[in-house]
Amino acid sequence: MAAKGLADKVRETQVWKSIFRHGPPDNARNRAAVVAGNVFLHLHPIKLKKSGVQLGYTWCMGGLTFFIFLALTVSGVLLMFYYRPTAEYAFNDIIALREHVPLGIMREIHRWGAHAMVITTWLHMFRVFMTGSYKPPREFNWGVGVILLVLTLLLSFTGYLLPWDQLAIWAITVGANMAKATPFLGHGGPGAALAQIGDFVMVSDKNDVRFQLLAGRFVGEPALLRFYILHCVFIPLVVGTLIAVHFWRVRKDGGISAPL
Amino acid sequence: MREFINWMADPIRSFPVVCVLFFLMMKYYRIVGTKKFLYLALAFIIPTAIWFGSDPNFFTILILPDNIPIIILLVLVGYLQWFTLYKSAENDKRIEAGLCPIEGLPENREKVWCWPNLVYTELFCIIAATCFLVVWAIIFKAPLEEPANPTWAPNPAKAPWYFLGLQEMLVYFDPWMAGVVLPGVVVVGLIAIPYIDTNPKGNGYFTIMERPLAMWGFLFGWLVLWIYLIIVGTFLRGPNWTFYGPFEYWDYHKVVAEYNVNLSEFLWIKGLNTSMPQNMFLREILGIVVSLGYVFVLPPMMAASKFGKGMIEKIGNMRYYILVMLFLLMMSLPIKMVLRWLFSLKYIVALPELELNL
Repeated sequence: MAAKGLADKVRETQVWKSIFRHGPPDNARNRAAVVAGNVFLHLHPIKLKKSGVQLGYTWCMGGLTFFIFLALTVSGVLLMFYYRPTAEYAFNDIIALREHVPLGIMREIHRWGAHAMVITTWLHMFRVFMTGSYKPPREFNWGVGVILLVLTLLLSFTGYLLPWDQLAIWAITVGANMAKATPFLGHGGPGAALAQIGDFVMVSDKNDVRFQLLAGRFVGEPALLRFYILHCVFIPLVVGTLIAVHFWRVRKDGGISAPL
Repeated sequence: MREFINWMADPIRSFPVVCVLFFLMMKYYRIVGTKKFLYLALAFIIPTAIWFGSDPNFFTILILPDNIPIIILLVLVGYLQWFTLYKSAENDKRIEAGLCPIEGLPENREKVWCWPNLVYTELFCIIAATCFLVVWAIIFKAPLEEPANPTWAPNPAKAPWYFLGLQEMLVYFDPWMAGVVLPGVVVVGLIAIPYIDTNPKGNGYFTIMERPLAMWGFLFGWLVLWIYLIIVGTFLRGPNWTFYGPFEYWDYHKVVAEYNVNLSEFLWIKGLNTSMPQNMFLREILGIVVSLGYVFVLPPMMAASKFGKGMIEKIGNMRYYILVMLFLLMMSLPIKMVLRWLFSLKYIVALPELELNL
C-alpha cells in the first residue's frame, strides 16, 4: 500500500473530522455536503444553472460588491481602533495613522474600496438590467437592490466627512445644503414659507432636515459624531439586514436569472 | 486642434454630440457589437487617451487620486457596454433565425455543482479583487487636505464624484429639484421599473430587439444623463463651476458673462412690452400653465396618439401614466439644458417668494 500523503493523514485526525463532517468534495454526495454543511457556503444552491456561474453572464459584480463590503467592514473596524470622532482629534488621528502605523494601507484600502464598491454596485445593477433580471419573479428583489444602492452611496457620503479635512467638510456642506432645499422640510425649500402660523415659523434652520442631518446649522463637531455613528453602526446594520434579504430572495426567486 | 476640442467639450456642443453618438450606437448596435468594431474603437481611443493625458493641464486633473475611480469606471462602463451590445447582437441574430438565446442553450441550462464551479470562480474573483485593491492602495496614498476650516471654502467645492451628476444638474435646476426631487424620482422610478415593464421577453438573457423601449430608456438615463454628467462635473468644471475645456488651464479669474432670463420676463417685458404684474402668480402665469400642462395635459395627449393607444392596450392606464410621468420628469433635464442654451432661459417658473423656481 502506497504511503498516505500528509493531507490524507490530516483528514483522518479527530480535529479535522470534527470541523468538516464530510470527505473531500470529489463525489456528488460530498459536494452537496460541503455546500449545505458550511454556514458561509450555504448561501449558494448546491447545484445551479451553468449560465449562473459564467463570468460573461454575471460579471461577478454582485459577489464582488459583497466581498468589498466585507473588506470595508474589516478595514473599517481596524481604523476605528485609531480614530476618535471629535473636532480636536479626528484630523490628527488620520495624520498619526499615516505617519506612525508601519506598512499602514488600511486607510487606502478603505477609501479606494469605498469607491470600488460604488462602481461594482452600479455595474451590478447595469448587468441586472441588461439581462432583464428584474422581471417577474424578481421584481421585489430589484427594489431591495435599489435601496441597497442608495445605502451604499449614503455609506460613502457619511464616511467622506470623517477625515475632517477641507475636502470632507466642504463636500458635506455642498451635500447638506441640498437637504436645506427639500420641499416643505427644508427651510430654504419651496413650501417652507407657507408653514407659518402667525409669527411662529414651523420650518426654520433650527429644526429642518438639514438640522437633523448635521445636528446643527453647519458642519461642526455634532455633525461629525452623527456621521460617525451613521457610518460605523447604523447604516451598516441596515445594509447587513438588507443584504440578507437580498441573498435570501435570490435563492427563493429561483436563483440567478436564466431564460424561462 | 486643442482649441477645437476645448470648444467642442462645452456641454452646449458635447451634449448634442453625445446624444447623437448614443442614438447611432443603439440604432446600429449590431455593427457596434462586433469584435472588429471594438478593435477599431480601441485603435482610436488608446492613442487619443494618451494624447489627452500628455497635456499638462488635463493630466493634473486626471491623476488626482480621487479621480482614479472615475477613470476605472469609464473604462469598465465602456467595455461592458460594448460587451452588452455584442451579446445582444449575437442573441438577436439567433432569435431572428428562430433559435433560442445562447443563455438558453441546453449546455448552458444544464445544472452544475456549486463546488467546484461557482466556489472557485468566486475565489478567483476575490483574489483578483484583493490584489487589485492592495496594489491600488500601495500606489495611491489616500489624499488628505488641510485640516477642516469652516471660514475658508475651497473653490470649486465639489461633492463626492458619484454625486457630481447631481451637482452638474444644479447649473440648470435649483437645489430642491436637482438635489431632492430628481434624485427621489430616480430612486422611485428605478424601483417602479419591474412593475411598469410587463414585457415578459428578455428575462435572463441579453437582447435589445425584444425589449427596445426598456433598453433605449434605461441606457439613455444611465449613459447620457448619469455617466456623461459625471464626466462633465469631474473633468470640465473648475472654479465657480465654470466650464473649462480638457486642455484649458484652471484660471481662477476666468469670467463668463451669463445673462439668463426668466420666462416671465420674456412674456411681459419682451413680448408684451409692459412692466411685470404685481401679483406673483399672475406674473408667472405662462410658466405655471406650461409646467402644469407638461405634467398633466401632455400625458393624456400622448395617450390619444397611435403610439400611446398601443401602449395603454399593452400595459394598462395606470402603468402608462406612471411611465409617462417618470419619462417626462427624466426628460425635463435635457429640455431645460436645451432651453438654457438656445434662449438663455433661467427659470420657467420663478417664484423666489416661495423658493419655488423651476
